[in-house]
This record gives sequence, C-alpha cells and structure tokens, in this order.
Amino acid sequence: MSDSTHTGPMLAADGTPLKRSLRRALRAQKMRALALIAPLLIFVLLTFIAPIVDMLFRSVENQIVGNTLPMTVEELRDWDATEVPDEQVFRALFFDLFLAAEAKEHTKLGSRLNYEKSGISSLFRTSGRDMNDIGEVFQDALEEIDPAFEEASTWVEMMSGGARAEPNARLMSNQIARLEALEATTFSGDAEFLPGAAISDILPNTARAYAAFAAFTQFVDGKSVTKEEPWEAVYAALALDLEDPATKTAIASYAGPGADNLRQAAAATLPPIAMRDAFFESNKDWANVTFWETIKTYSPPYTTGYFLNAVDMEKTPQGIALRSEDERIYGILFQRTMFMSLMITFSCVALGYPVAWILANLPTRTANLLMILVLLPFWTSLLVRTSAWKVMLQQQGVINDVLVWLGLVADESRLVMINNQFGTIVAMTHILLPFMILPMYSVMQTIPPSYLRAAKSLGANNWTAFWRVYFPQSVPGIGAGSILVFILAIGYYITPEIVGGTTGTFISNRIAYHISSSLNWGLAAALGTILLAVVLILYWAYDKIVGIDNVKLG
Amino acid sequence: MKLTKTLLATTALTVAAGTAVTAQDMANSMTIVSWGGAYQASQDKAYVQPYLAANPGVTATWDESSAEAVAKLRAMNEAGNITWDLVDVVASDSMRLCDEGLAMEIDHDEMLAAAPDGTSASDDFGDLIVSDCFIPQIVYSTTFGYRTDMVPAGTEPPSSVCDVFDLAKYPGKRSLQKRPIDNMEWALYCDGVAKDEIYDVLGTDEGVERALAKLGTIKDQVVWWSAGAETPQLLADGEVFIGSTFNGRLFSAIAEQGQPIAMLWDMQSFDLDGWIVPAGLPADRLARVMDFLKFGTDTQRLADQAAYISYGPARASSAPLVGKHAELGIDMAPHMPTDPANASNVHIYDYEWWADNRDDLDAKFQSWLAQ
Amino acid sequence: MNGFTLTPVETKPLSFSLPVIGAAGGFVGLFVGTAHGSGLMGVVIGAVALMVLAYVALVVLGLAQEKITRWGLVALFIVAGVLLAGVPGFVLGLLFGLFFSWFIFWIGEGRYRANLAPYLTSGQVLWHYAFRVICGAIFIFLITPILVVMPLSFNAQNFFTFTPEMLRFDPAGYSLKHYQDFFTSNEWQQALRNSLLIAPAATVLSVSFGTLAAIGLSSEHVPFRRAIMAVLISPMIVPLIISAAGMYFFYSRIGLQGTYLGVVLAHAALGIPFVIITVTATLVGFDRSLTRAAANMGADPVTTFFRVQMPLILPGVISGGLFAFITSFDEVVVVLFVGSANQQTLPWEMFTGLREQISPTILAVATILVVISIALLTTMEYLRRRSERLRGMSPS
Repeated sequence: MSDSTHTGPMLAADGTPLKRSLRRALRAQKMRALALIAPLLIFVLLTFIAPIVDMLFRSVENQIVGNTLPMTVEELRDWDATEVPDEQVFRALFFDLFLAAEAKEHTKLGSRLNYEKSGISSLFRTSGRDMNDIGEVFQDALEEIDPAFEEASTWVEMMSGGARAEPNARLMSNQIARLEALEATTFSGDAEFLPGAAISDILPNTARAYAAFAAFTQFVDGKSVTKEEPWEAVYAALALDLEDPATKTAIASYAGPGADNLRQAAAATLPPIAMRDAFFESNKDWANVTFWETIKTYSPPYTTGYFLNAVDMEKTPQGIALRSEDERIYGILFQRTMFMSLMITFSCVALGYPVAWILANLPTRTANLLMILVLLPFWTSLLVRTSAWKVMLQQQGVINDVLVWLGLVADESRLVMINNQFGTIVAMTHILLPFMILPMYSVMQTIPPSYLRAAKSLGANNWTAFWRVYFPQSVPGIGAGSILVFILAIGYYITPEIVGGTTGTFISNRIAYHISSSLNWGLAAALGTILLAVVLILYWAYDKIVGIDNVKLG
Repeated sequence: MKLTKTLLATTALTVAAGTAVTAQDMANSMTIVSWGGAYQASQDKAYVQPYLAANPGVTATWDESSAEAVAKLRAMNEAGNITWDLVDVVASDSMRLCDEGLAMEIDHDEMLAAAPDGTSASDDFGDLIVSDCFIPQIVYSTTFGYRTDMVPAGTEPPSSVCDVFDLAKYPGKRSLQKRPIDNMEWALYCDGVAKDEIYDVLGTDEGVERALAKLGTIKDQVVWWSAGAETPQLLADGEVFIGSTFNGRLFSAIAEQGQPIAMLWDMQSFDLDGWIVPAGLPADRLARVMDFLKFGTDTQRLADQAAYISYGPARASSAPLVGKHAELGIDMAPHMPTDPANASNVHIYDYEWWADNRDDLDAKFQSWLAQ
Repeated sequence: MNGFTLTPVETKPLSFSLPVIGAAGGFVGLFVGTAHGSGLMGVVIGAVALMVLAYVALVVLGLAQEKITRWGLVALFIVAGVLLAGVPGFVLGLLFGLFFSWFIFWIGEGRYRANLAPYLTSGQVLWHYAFRVICGAIFIFLITPILVVMPLSFNAQNFFTFTPEMLRFDPAGYSLKHYQDFFTSNEWQQALRNSLLIAPAATVLSVSFGTLAAIGLSSEHVPFRRAIMAVLISPMIVPLIISAAGMYFFYSRIGLQGTYLGVVLAHAALGIPFVIITVTATLVGFDRSLTRAAANMGADPVTTFFRVQMPLILPGVISGGLFAFITSFDEVVVVLFVGSANQQTLPWEMFTGLREQISPTILAVATILVVISIALLTTMEYLRRRSERLRGMSPS
C-alpha cells in the first residue's frame, strides 16, 4: 500500500520491532496481573488447598502396620494365608509388639485394624500387656544362672564390645530410624550407645533388641542406658540366640567383655522358646487365621481399603467383594445426598423464580425493601434458623398447632414433618433460597421488560411471551443459582444433623462422625475425597456451561 | 516430645509430694475441657471457683469440647502442641486415651488427697479407677424419663425398661440415643435374654439381628438423639412420651424446671465420668493442674458438686456428705443414680467388650437406621 | 404506589363486589368455624356476615364515611375476636379487621385496577394478584423462622416451646431473663468480643487480597485464568466439613490450631470467593479506558487505583466485604475445629448452647442480631436513597 521500500519488520517508535515491543508489553501486562493475583493465590494455596490435600492423603495412608510391626510384616510376606503362621512369625511379632507396647503404639494399631476386623483391638491391647510376662521367663532364668545379668553395666559393656571395639553403627541407626517411624517424630543428637560389630555378629537378635532398648531409653525415656536394666525382650533375644548351636561355638572362642557370662549362659539349659504357644495362651484369637489375614492384607504402606470401605466393599482373601447387606450404608447415603440435594435445588428454583421475577420487575424502591426480606434470613445465624424450623415443624410445633387449632388435622394424627427427609428439605430450602434468588435476580435485572411487551404487542399471549421470550433469557440465572445451591447443599452438615433424624442425614454427617467419634480418619478422608470429586465435577460443568464469572451475589 | 513427658512425670511426683515446687513454678492459667451445660456449671461452682478464690491470680478457661476430646487430643498429639490442661471424659474415652499414651498415668495415692479418715485415694475410689490415667469424679446413668400427663388413662405408669418397647400399652414416640451402646442391651434384655448373658448373645450375628429386630418393633416411633439436651427438650415439648438421657438432665427438667416428667430407673446404665491429664504438658502447667486436682477431687469437693447436679460422687467417703440442692434445698441423695432405691436393677455396661465391637456394631446399627 | 394511576378507579357493581367479599369471608369463616366445631356453619356465617358488612360499608355509609367505617369495622372484628377466643382472639380480630376494612373498599371501589394497564382482561388482573399472593407467601416463608424466634426469646422457661402461658399472652409466660443472661454471662460476652475481633480481621484480609487479585484477574491477558479462578473459588465449593477437617489437621501440625491467627486465616480463606465474585462482577462493567486515561494524564498506578478504579468498584468491594464478614460472623463448623476455648465465637457458643443445654439465650442473641441487621439494612437503604436524592436522581 505504501510507497515506502522498507520491507523489514514494522518498528515501534523507539526503533525496536513492533512485534517484540508488543510482546514485551504483553508480558509486562501478564506479569503485572500475576503479581496482583500472586499474594492471594499463595494465601489460598497455603491456608486452604494444602490442608485439604494433606487430609485427602490420609485416605490411602497405611504406614502404621509396617511401622509398628516391621519384622512381622517381613516374615508374613511369604505366608500363604492358609493356616496360622509358624513360630518364626510369632518370634518376630514378639519383638515388634514388645517395642510397640513400650512405646504405647500397639493399641493405635489395634484400633486401626479393628476397623477392618472386630476384635483385633482387644487382641493387641491384652497381648501388649503380656509381653513383659513372656520375656520375664528368660530374664529370670538368665539372672539365676549368672546374677551379673541383672546389672545394667554388664550389658552395656558386653553389647558394646568394650571401649575399643569396632562399632556397628548401622544397626543402631536402623533401630533409631525404626523408633522414629513408630513414634512419628525425629530425634536429635548422637546415640549414646553403639553395639559392637563382633558381638552383633555372634548375637544378632540380642544386639538388635538391645539396640532398640538403648535407643528407646536414650531418646524416648531420656535416661542413660548405663543405668537401666534391659527389657525382658533383650533376655528373650539372648535365649533365642543361644538356641543356635553355631552361636555357642562362636561364644566359646569369643574374648570380648562379658564372654564369661555368655559362656555360662550357653552352658546352662534355658527354658524352651515357644512364642507361638505363649501368644495363644495370651489370647486364643492369635490362633484365628482370619486375624492374620487382616494383618497381612493391610500391611502395605498404602491401601485402597478406606476407599473400598467408602463404597461398601471390603478386601477378602478371595479378592474385593461387596460388604454383607447389613453393613452397607454409604451407597444409600450417597444416593440420598444426591436425591435430597436435587430436591432442595428444585424447591429453591420453584420458590426463588417468582420472587426473583417480582424483585426484578417492581420499582427499585419497593424491590430494595423486599430485598431486605431476602437478605434478613441470610444474615441470621444458620443455627438459629435451623432451630426455628425445629420449633415450627415438630409434632407439637407451631405449624401442627395451627393446623390442629384450625381443625384441619386431628390432634391424634399430627403431621410428622421433622426428623425425616421432609424436615431437612424444608429447612435447607429456606436456608439456601437466598443463594438462588440473588443470582437469578441479577440476571433478570438485565432482561429489558420491553422484550416482553414487544412479544405481547406482536400477538403472543402471556404464557407464550413468558415461555418463548423471557424464560430463555433467565436460564443463566437458574443455572447459576441451581449449581450454587446444589454444591452448597451436597456438603451440608449442621442442618441435617439437627432436623434430619435418621432418614434425612447426608454423607457429611457420616464424615463428621468418623472424624470426631469413631476416629476413623482414613475412612472420613476417603468419603470426603469422593464427595469432593463429585463437587469438582459439578464445578467443572458449571464453569463450562455458565462460567464462574457469571455468578453474581446481590 | 516423649522425653519431656517422662521428665515431667518425675516432676509430677515431686509436685504431689509437695516438696520442690512453689507457686512461682506453676502456670497461672488452666484450660479445662468439659461438656458444657449444667454439668460444667456444677464443676465450676464446686471445684474451680473455690480453687480460684484460694489462689488469686490464677485463671481458668472452659472449653466445651469433651464430646470430641479423643479426636482433638489425638490431633494435638500428632502436632505436638497440647493446648488443654485438664480434660473431663467418660470412662471408655479415658481407657482409649490411656492406651494410646495420650493421657498421663496417675499415681492416685501420691497425687490425690486421701479421705478425711485417712483412707488412701485409690481405696476411696475403689473399682471406679477403670484405667491408670483416670481420676473418677461422678457416677451417672443413662436412664429413662416419661411424661406423667401422657400416661394413658387407667394404665399404670411405666415401671420397667421393657415398657419402652410396649407400644400397645404405652403408645407415643420414644427418644433413644443414636448409638448401639445401651440400646442393644436393653433390646436383648426385653427380648428375654438374661442379664448376665447379654454380651454373649450380642457377640453373635444372630444376637445382633435379634437386638435389631427388637428395636425394629419400635423403630417408627423413635426419635434418635445425639446430644444430652435433646430428650429433656423433646419431653418438655410433649414430642415424645418417654426417652433416655443422662439422669442429671432429667433431674434438672423435673426439679428445676418443674416439667411433668418422672424417672424410670429400671435397668439404668451406669457410667463414669472423670478427669484425665493430657500427656506431654510443660512442667509449669502440669504443676498447676496437679495442684488443682489435689484440691478439686478431694472428698468435700466431690460431695459439694452433688449440691448442683444429681450425679453420684465417685469417692465412697463423699457419699455421707451429700447434702441438699444449692438453690432448691431438696435432699439430693434420693436423686442419685447410686441410691439403693434407684439401683435395684441396673445395667453395667462392658467397656472392654464395646471397645472391641464398637466399630462393627456401629456399622450394622447405622446401616439398619438408614434403611 | 407510583403516585399516579394507570386506570381510572370506578365503583364496581354490587353484583361483583358482594360475592367476592362474601367468598373471602367464607374462606376465613371456614377456619374459624372448624376451630369451633363446624366448618360449614363457619363458611355460611362468614360469607353472610361479610356481605352484610360490605353492603353497609359501601352502600349505606358510602365513600364519604370511609375513615369512620374502617375504624368501626376494626373495632367490630376485635370485639368478635375477643368474644370467640379471648386475648389471642384480640390479635386475630385486629388483623382480620384491618384486612377486611381495607379489602372491602379495595374491591368495592375497584381500586385494585388503579396500578394496572387499562387493557388487561379480568383473568390477567386475577393472575396479577394471585401471583403477588404467591410471592407474598414465599416472602412469609422466608421470614417466618425469624418471626418465630423473636417471641420465643422472651420465654420464661428454659425450653424452645410456646408455653400455654405465652399463647394466652399471660405476662407470667414472658421474661427478659435470656437477654439478661446474654448481657451478664462472661462466656457470651467473651464470645461477642471474639466474633467482633475475628470477623473484621478476616474481612480485612480477604477484602484486601481479594480485591487486588480480582483486579489482576480482570486484565485481559492472564495465563491459567481458569485454573487460578478455580483455586480461588474453591473455599466456597469444597464442602465445609472437608475444609474444616483438613485445616484442623494441618493447622495443628504447624501450630496454628487454637490461635486467633489460625481462625482468622481460616475465615479469611472462606470469605475470599465472595470478594472475588462480587468484585470481578463489578469489574466486568469497568471501562478500562479510564485507567489508561489516568495513566495518560500522568497518574502513577497507585494513584490510578485509589483515585479512579477504587471509587468505581467500591460498591462491589463493600458488598464482597459484607459477605466475607457474615461468612466469618456466622461460621460454626470451621471454628469448632480450628479454634479452641479462647477463640469461642458467637456461633460456637450458640452451637454448644444448642447441643448441651437447649437454652433460649441463643434466641435472644439471634433476636438482637436480627434487630441490628434490620437497622443496618434499612440505614443503608435510607442512605442510598438520600444520596440519590442529593445527586438529583429520581428514585428509580
């Protein structure tokens, strides 16, 4: 077009190519926008999103079994789940449970597994108490053979292998790490005691048990290992080591500290080690193979168990199966939550539409006054409104009283309007109605009344004019209000709790129950994740259909 | 975390011995957790206010979170940030907290005051010390109250717990707690199971079905409650004819509010309520709490509480000191669940059994409710 | 209402107004009748009585005596009410009297047509008023719970029940003790202080962050706009129980659980979506050339923001702030989890009051709050009208 011969890129005033200059301006604009958004985004991510992600993670977390019973889980890996495990597994269980009981962590595991199998809770609780007794047999025997075994100093010297012995630092750090996992904490400072390398080769079990004891004494109890007599489990471990003839040979040629005491112990006869029988005696349920199945099934660090539970299924040795009919509840609850939220949404549309219409078509002055009536309940405490509905709806309540007084209902057959779905729907419709009216109103305000008049002057009757002209334009308002109300309704908790009875409660009530009463936080998180997924899908649909920018509140 | 805990346990012993710690080493505020309502008010009047009066400069804050105590203590422990100093819990919760190491173990004789006649604290509390961490305060019961003006004309007022299940004789709604505990036992008892066999029967699938079937006969007529204040409200409204709740609530509705309600003590279910001290308190706060506990759980203080609410003091030595209601001036002894006239047929609920079977039965119960 | 009439009012023939008024009388008579034993008798008596009254009022006394006739009718109804049902009858009689004294003239003189277009058919007129009655019923539905709460807060008993004394309007059934309880109890006063501390702090946080972000979001070139929007809106759509539990665990871990800061942060997060939504909505209509013009004339961005942008989006910011405030002021689930004894807010106190000792004190609190919010809302409406008048705008 121009007669200029210039063929290069178009230049901005300062001589840079216009394209680059524009791009730079655009980038600056983008950066400015992001800089404005960033503080809030970081704020929401930290104060809101992080907590939720953190909680949802609980729905798959299952480290507790592996952390509490690490050796047992290891031994169970090859167990074929047909009969009660052998002595080897019970020995591992003894040492695991002994430490767990000292750390008072065994009952937590008991309650965790009790969600899957009733009775495990008491199994761990009662047996945890018996661990000392089982080990005491060996302690008594060894102390009788050589009273030196009563002395804390004998043990420290013997297990450290003397002042100049080469230490087995790995064994100690493993035990500390294990204790840290068990207690879900971190310890600072160096270990006061390190087992000797030579002695831990000869007496592997004893070294491990003693290292665990030493770690616990130093870091958890805050005492010095040089002054504490070892746990019964250490004596049992020594007895276990001495059971092996190879150990006896090795001791014969061992020259480190305490070698004499060990030789004396090796020469004597110790009580037989029968952990399996000892456990059976402690609680006969250890002989029940289904309990072991549960332990094995839930030994991996992550589990789908909570999610299965949340959809009324369970893990069985035969695979995943539906729960027995009398234990299914979440399917019903999810269905009911959806159904009632839909009902509430429909009632809100039905009641909100005329109100929004009249507000949008009345003179502003009157509309603003009536708006106060809409906003007033919105400003009144949710709890108060819910209790007011209780007062209104109950059988001796205001509505029934009026109906009886008017003679429409007999005194004996007062209507049941509360503690059921009806009560929840009425109360929640009332509570959520402003959320429907406000977006509808803001959409309807933008529809010029002249359209309707034009339609009528063109010959449409009232209904046609409304249905073909006005209604389609108000649909975005209905959509916005509906999804808002539905999303809010689906997660409601307080109102159904107060007026819902048994048939009018939502899944949220169950989540709250699992958080504060049954303490099954994993299941609560799984239920919450499912609920959140439903809400997010709805949100996504909403954003697609209506666009989140089009929500207006007043 | 646990290191400090153990160190503190030793300080606690010295506190109790009353040697090392002086008032300067004690924190000046306590957060005490309880149930709210009239019960908390009675604790405030009988224990806390007298203690604060004797220790000027000390303040106490109440937190009405006992219903969520186990959940909150567990989360506080996970976070290593214990904000509570003393927590009022029911016996079963105290066992759970003690088992999980969330509550501090108590040496009752060392830490608490002996009875005036010299009986040691542990003998004075006797069997009520159901866990090593538990300091019993009161014996309460879950029992029934009914509207006297709604008893059908010409019928005897209800006298047995089984009347709750008798819709023909006593029509009208009932209110029961929304949990399996107590309800299942009452159902089996009224279905003809002997009292000492209830838990054996309930341990089987058939037993559970039988209990639910019995409850099913009145299911349509039941309003399920979850907070102690609901049944008195329902009775006051005439919404239900008969309902279970804690006996102190009924006492307050009958004696203090003058409602036309009467007690049905048959097969009342005994339970205990008491203090636990959260594990892991800093030394100064622990010292303050132990100082308070020594005062607040002595014989006189427990007896004083009975002047405000009809729960039986947990110390044997307090029973003879129970006097009159602080405002109404009526004798409190006949309103205690432990009064011989009221306790002729009681149900002792088995904590251990429920600890094991709670999850399972609760799932069945809730699914039954939802159907 | 508008001060002018669309259709000239003309007196209706008695053949129209008497049956209509009679039907209304019959309808009311039905209820009064059934309450006293016979519905049919009620209908007949009601219809006949109202027709006679209408005839007397419209024909015998006529328009000239309207004022006196109206008062006479009210008095008549009150006397009838008292004779039939004592003190409650007085109230009902007063209400019915006021209604019918207006209704008779409204129908008889054809005043109902005044504000409607003259070409409407009778059917359309009927629908017009039927629709208004329906809307009125919905408005009543919206505020009845509040109307129920108010008298109950004067209950002399500690239950949420209309006692027989209250229904008889016996002064013994009423008392101010729940109000006294609210003003003298330490817990309630502490809760009020906490609420008044936490809610404004949370509002300031969410409004300041939220407004900035909304301005950022409204610029044309924001990368990942959808995703960012979803994150910022999430506190509104994530079910409260999930938010509460998540914050509880997380805040415990970082030492915020049971602190004022924790509750304020949690409430600020919950209020943010409202600020974002309302402020972005106002920004949609914002003319961006204004900021460019300001920049052109040499204003720096901060000046532009405070002098040009802020005044224009202020209504959106204020309304977002109100929503954020009420979110925090009325929030119970999250504060129950994140707060501890020292942060008990009014809703917390109400919740425990409701759960542990159903006491009408919470109704007294609610009544006070309702009265305050009515005062606030009407003041705002009054101020708005005043500023409109001052600016010389006609009211709508």
